[in-house]
Amino acid sequence: MLNNRQELQTLRVELKKALDKQTKKILVCAGTGCIAGGSLQIYDRLCELMKEKNLPYTVELEVDPHDESIGTKKCGCHGFCEMGPLLRIDPQGWLYTKVKLEDCEEIIEKTILNDELVERLAYKKNGEVYPKQDEIPFYKRQTRVVLENCGHINADSIKEYIAIGGYTAFEKALFDMNGDEVVKVIKDSGLRGRGGAGFPAGIKWETVRNTPAEKKYILCNGDEGDPGAFMDRSIMEGDPHRVLEGMMIAGVATGANDGYIYVRAEYPMAVARLKNAIAQAEEMGLLGDNILGTDFSFHVHINRGAGAFVCGEETALIASIEGERGFPRVKPPLTVHKGLFGMPTVPNNVETYANVAQIINKGADWFNSLGSKGNSGTKAFALTGNIENTGLIEVPMGTPLREIIYDIGGGCRGGAEFKAVQVGGPSGGCLTKEHLDMPLDYDSLKAVGAIIGSGGLVVMDEHTCMVEVARFFMNFTQNESCGKCVPCREGTKRMLEILERLVEGKGQPDDIDTLSELAEMIIDTAFCGLGKTAPNPVRSTIKYFRDEYEAHINGTCPAGSCQKLKKITIDPELCKGCSKCSRVCPVGAISGKVKEPFVIDQQKCIKCGACVSSCNFHAIKEA
Amino acid sequence: MNQKFDFSAVDKIFAANSNDPKAIISILQEIQEHYHYLPQEVFPYMAEKLGISEAKAYSVATFYENFSLEPKGKYVIKVCDGTACHVRRSIPILERLRSELGLSESKKTTDDLLFTVETVSCLGACGLAPVITVNDKVYPAMTPDKASELLKTLKEDAANA
Repeated sequence: MLNNRQELQTLRVELKKALDKQTKKILVCAGTGCIAGGSLQIYDRLCELMKEKNLPYTVELEVDPHDESIGTKKCGCHGFCEMGPLLRIDPQGWLYTKVKLEDCEEIIEKTILNDELVERLAYKKNGEVYPKQDEIPFYKRQTRVVLENCGHINADSIKEYIAIGGYTAFEKALFDMNGDEVVKVIKDSGLRGRGGAGFPAGIKWETVRNTPAEKKYILCNGDEGDPGAFMDRSIMEGDPHRVLEGMMIAGVATGANDGYIYVRAEYPMAVARLKNAIAQAEEMGLLGDNILGTDFSFHVHINRGAGAFVCGEETALIASIEGERGFPRVKPPLTVHKGLFGMPTVPNNVETYANVAQIINKGADWFNSLGSKGNSGTKAFALTGNIENTGLIEVPMGTPLREIIYDIGGGCRGGAEFKAVQVGGPSGGCLTKEHLDMPLDYDSLKAVGAIIGSGGLVVMDEHTCMVEVARFFMNFTQNESCGKCVPCREGTKRMLEILERLVEGKGQPDDIDTLSELAEMIIDTAFCGLGKTAPNPVRSTIKYFRDEYEAHINGTCPAGSCQKLKKITIDPELCKGCSKCSRVCPVGAISGKVKEPFVIDQQKCIKCGACVSSCNFHAIKEA
Repeated sequence: MNQKFDFSAVDKIFAANSNDPKAIISILQEIQEHYHYLPQEVFPYMAEKLGISEAKAYSVATFYENFSLEPKGKYVIKVCDGTACHVRRSIPILERLRSELGLSESKKTTDDLLFTVETVSCLGACGLAPVITVNDKVYPAMTPDKASELLKTLKEDAANA
């Protein structure tokens, strides 16, 4: 239990010394992705082997260690999930990819005992070997600020966080600054909300600070519901103390004494790591009453979501914490005036809070030096879909899309041609080839009808049908519509019906116009952000891929993806008349005379494709 | 109604949440963790104990996707149909699981209460798409064939258990 500032500072020096005694480190990725690949078994095996060989290894920092040791840690997500399970070796900075249980022995023998690289585990691309993590093209172009600790420290250890300088910003805010000064730094830094709309965080903090009330709350939105986004999950799992520290600083700045973190039910490990982090901070006396001997008290509570996308909307989220159905409510009153339990509340998301400590430590000017004008700092993106390197990345705001897709992402999978990228999930829009050189930041995206959203980037190639993508998102929002307002509940339903018939080849000539009209109406009249943004994917795909919509109305899918619009034909030149296809056809649509070309009755054909795979002569083609 | 319903587990959950009606979502989550669904007997009891209306309790339980008023199978299989999984072809996996187990969009649980198959919007494991989970264990980079294999293993596990 730390009673004052001096004790914290002394402990930090001691822990730093202890960390320096770990002259070698094995960092096993314990993010959701790598765990699924078996990383925890790898961790256990490594420890077991080192024990057998009597190697000095440590799993947790202890003050005043006698000897040098091998720090062995379960750390947060390294980001390169595609290549998992991942293992980092320090001080060399090597990254081992796709590590298997069988590799453990060799890693200990060669790398730990003899400082040799196990070359087969290093990342390779185009015949070149990249042993060092920082030199891998995927990492080289990234700037890691928010994710700097993810993959570098034990995610479950407050001691390691303190050893690398954690809670210094909180200390500074608590002892060396007053609330106004903290608010000013955040305002000057230009930090904008990382959860979607990009509203300046400093203005929210200032308003809550200046609103008199008996209680105030700090709310952390970890209800990262956009399909294809997992930045916040990785931060909560990989560096939970950083999120807490950001919330505590917000508490100092606004005079709030309670913080709530609302985490999606689908992220059980994030909940576990946060709970552990809170317990550790309480035990140390960094959370609780009269922290470090001051009159500042702060408590953090965790609420688990229960599977409602709309709860990512702040007023719905608040209703959910209060034990109600997750319905949004009308604003005003604004959350900063009357939020949680009717009190002034700071609503920010996980990534926003994760930026705070560094801004306090390094200053507003430093933060402004990253990113583009009016869009300071970095942004974490989840890069997924049909792309070579999927994973979690972080780049300065304003990085051109091309750099992300090609330099970091390595282009589309299997060399396919890039077609579009969906940003901002079901509330966002798509960017196409013409936007490749556009800087990716709040303002540029807004100008072309998309939003940064929480930061999911789903890449689509030439084989992806954009009408189907629009249908997919509409299906999602329609399912997640809470039902409170008619435009969203009924309007998205009607839009979905039209999209469904388009992908089935039953489109009607005026469908595009009807979709556009419905979209405008919903945007103008829906109650909350979910409804107002629900038509965005349809609007942007109509804008950039109108020809695909028209083609569907005319009965073809240019990407060749919509099953119902496929036309399966037999090439009479190649057909040997073996009759095999007519026997596999489940609906008897294929007929002909043996040893003469067979034909498919298009009226009967259900496009199942069974004949295509049955033909030994590649005579049957889908188009 | 079943008169013999044992409320002792539920009582413990209420007590752990200080009988606070504001904690209703946590309470429902814990009850569901205990029974794997929300038994209907719980609702009138909860209404009385927490001092809320039964309608309120139902309204919250039916609003959130995660709550189930019907019993679920021993193995709850969730097929991720988030964007990343969808574009990497998650639907054929779902179709294979459903056809092998005789399930559909409306019938989610097998009659022997062994399997429940449902979809989930995004598990946040997009780097490994397409993924499915069985009782929260993540299986990465799935295919319809791998899903069939997995079902076979689970059935064997159940038979040996």
